[in-house]
Amino acid sequence: MLLPLLRIELYKIFRRPRTYISFGAIAAIVWLVQIALKFDGPAYIDLLLNNIKESFLINADLKHKILNGYLICFVILNTILIQMPLLVALVAGDSIAGEANMGTLRLSMTKPIGRTQYILVKFLASVIYTVMLLVWMALLALFGSMLIFGTNDLIVMRSDSIEQMRAYDVVWRYLAAFCYAAVALSAVAALAFLLSVLAENSIGPIIATMSIIIVFTILSEMNIPIYDETVKPWLFTTHMVAWKGFFYVKTDAEGVTIDGSIQNLPAIFRSLSILLGYIILFAGTATWIFRKKDILS
Amino acid sequence: MQANRIFFSNHYLFRSSFVHSFTDPYFQMNHNLLKVSHLTKQFGEIKAVDDLSFSMDKGFIYGFLGQNGAGKSTTIRMLLDLIRPDEGSIEIFGMELKKHRNEIMRQVGAIIERPDLYKYLSAWEHLKMFATMSGIKYKRAQLMEQLALVGLAERAHSKVKTYSQGMKQRLGIAIALVHDPALVILDEPTNGLDPQGIADMRNLILSLCHEKGKTVLVSSHLLSEVELIADSMLIIDRGRKLVEGKVNELFDPSEHLCELITSDNATAIEKIRSSALGVYLKEEREEAILLKAPKEQVPLLVKQLVEMDIPVLSLHTRHSLEDYFLSLTTKRDAASSVKN
Amino acid sequence: MKTIYIIFLTLFITGKGFSQSADEAIKKVKARLEKVNDYQAVGKMKTNVIFIKAPIANIKVYYKRPDKLRINNEQGISFVPKGSVNINLNNVFLNTEGFDIIDMGKEAKSGFRIIKLLPRDENSDVVLSTLHIDEVNGLVMRARTTTRDNGTYELQMSYGRYADFGLADKVILEFNTKEYKLPKGVTFDYDDGSKKPPTDKMNNKKGKVEIVYTSYTINKGVSDSVFK
Repeated sequence: MLLPLLRIELYKIFRRPRTYISFGAIAAIVWLVQIALKFDGPAYIDLLLNNIKESFLINADLKHKILNGYLICFVILNTILIQMPLLVALVAGDSIAGEANMGTLRLSMTKPIGRTQYILVKFLASVIYTVMLLVWMALLALFGSMLIFGTNDLIVMRSDSIEQMRAYDVVWRYLAAFCYAAVALSAVAALAFLLSVLAENSIGPIIATMSIIIVFTILSEMNIPIYDETVKPWLFTTHMVAWKGFFYVKTDAEGVTIDGSIQNLPAIFRSLSILLGYIILFAGTATWIFRKKDILS
Repeated sequence: MQANRIFFSNHYLFRSSFVHSFTDPYFQMNHNLLKVSHLTKQFGEIKAVDDLSFSMDKGFIYGFLGQNGAGKSTTIRMLLDLIRPDEGSIEIFGMELKKHRNEIMRQVGAIIERPDLYKYLSAWEHLKMFATMSGIKYKRAQLMEQLALVGLAERAHSKVKTYSQGMKQRLGIAIALVHDPALVILDEPTNGLDPQGIADMRNLILSLCHEKGKTVLVSSHLLSEVELIADSMLIIDRGRKLVEGKVNELFDPSEHLCELITSDNATAIEKIRSSALGVYLKEEREEAILLKAPKEQVPLLVKQLVEMDIPVLSLHTRHSLEDYFLSLTTKRDAASSVKN
Repeated sequence: MKTIYIIFLTLFITGKGFSQSADEAIKKVKARLEKVNDYQAVGKMKTNVIFIKAPIANIKVYYKRPDKLRINNEQGISFVPKGSVNINLNNVFLNTEGFDIIDMGKEAKSGFRIIKLLPRDENSDVVLSTLHIDEVNGLVMRARTTTRDNGTYELQMSYGRYADFGLADKVILEFNTKEYKLPKGVTFDYDDGSKKPPTDKMNNKKGKVEIVYTSYTINKGVSDSVFK
């Protein structure tokens, strides 16, 4: 029963025009960044390399090489992954509340489907939608940029270091990062989903999810010592950006990067497990509430 | 309980469809198709349903009456496991709802109020989806037949957002019936329909029962709609059962209902029960005592009440169910009309 | 006492031929270098700068007299330090008005002659070069160049197959770097909880580049276009 139900949920999601707004939004952001960097890329690279131009030779050829598809994808990922929670909340927040609002929740719940099964399928469908968004983004941002800008080594400019990965050592990092982002966004989906169970219209959960993420992100970004050790390590927003860890490499004793290495893999796994913990917490609570809930909508 | 006892002691007037019931296992096991005992549900301070008990037999149309807010919807939602009762039990097809929800729901079709449905999907897509959710294997012809039954065959592939209110309601019915359920529960199915739509709905319900042998529970706040089609009736107010019985008994032109109000109802009931008048006793309530007697017996009944020294304040006789319904349900708020 | 005497003696003997030995050494070096009109070399470059994490790069080095030099990473990306033009020693001798030579004597341990070159041209970017020359083979083993604008570079060379042309098999270039810091708003940082290098290490503003040449193609002509 699980599979037919899942198919129905996905059918509903992907038959709805609203769903494609998210896909359109992602395409728009990706294309905007690509167009901007196609025309003004060297100026952007100048800005990033400003700091080292006194010690190093920066010429047009170097800038052209740095401005390759992998870097473009990295820039896009940094831009989009901040906005993605909204797109995820749009569907996950609507998942139960939208059905309640349309009066179809009570209709569905008079069918011989257990509530736990129903809610898990709903959540799974939200997660699949999230993954589809990421796949779409990967197609446009990674493979699209690779086509438009070509490929070369990836240079990641950090605030106190420059990370360089060889061209052949990049794609797997992106795949890993996309998988990580899928988990991170599933945590957002789980939160929106939990709120969706509590509401009877979809605007509430969507706005509430975004508000929580904004507040948590601000807390995560704030460099105030009392939060650093106490609150920050436990906020899921802190861990949502850990995908970047896949683009930080290890070096040997002579400062030469090690191909295929990750600077701090345990940190990524720790973040991942915290996110998974949140997913279980949110989805579990949602299930628990929904099982007990009187459906009054 | 008293009311129940009286109800069951009455004989049935068999309808053609009732014959099916003899072969039904639930009937043979002396089970009701649906049995509700002491159902109670409280929302905060408000008791939406209060110690409600009733039962339904297979193959009949049951009218479930009460004003808006009387607790009909809450009751129906409890029957469908949408709302969990605080107390009491529900048995459908001889199985406890709490334990056998999915088994029961495979045989129950319901439509509650007016669902908006998925505006971006067609009637056809709706039926396919809900057929799957009902756990049945369907054929295309079968679903198209369902749509034809509710008059939506021609618009089967138009999106629901282009449908009128009546069409949506009919689609709702088709969804409720898609898996050919034995028990059909319709909550205010005529709400928002035009007169023609109401007439169509009435015919549909009658054919479901009489031609397809289904048991139908239909709720309404309009007695006029239910009395034309229902075999039996349950009237509730403020979550409590007022009356339960066969329509032809509640509405037997040869019998009159007498609503007796005395200055001391408790004593009056005692006296009536121990006298020959006890056979006429229909229901005891704080505010009134209901007696049911053949029309020609009414003058005698009045005489006997006086002879028994019962301080009669008023005695109203009713001969219309509508009138009866009004009398039962408008007391708490004289200003509100049942025909709102 | 005996050792002191020997040292004194050595100093005296070498001191006697100061300018002559220095001149000769320079001449010998220049003679080798002048054999080369252009070259194209293939090698591997290792970058060791505290703030750059880069892989070993496959590079091509192009040179053309008098002062054109280019390090290219044909495929990947390499950050080439500005002072890298100095890896060709001809640059040291390049200035219109010649230079004054100061013989600093021999380095005790290696026996290499230490010579300071002071350009006479006041506009020269090079302010001072200090060379450690292997007089026997006529090769510069170490060079320290102080420039007006770009700080000090230090070169260390090892020679092998191309010693005849004064071309090293391995060059280590040390140079000064500016402190690297980008505002977090511009970068896309994330704190992965890794321990930051201690600040004193970060303040070490010396960068190092090591080039190991695998082959040179000498005097076969190099197109000017590669230097653009």
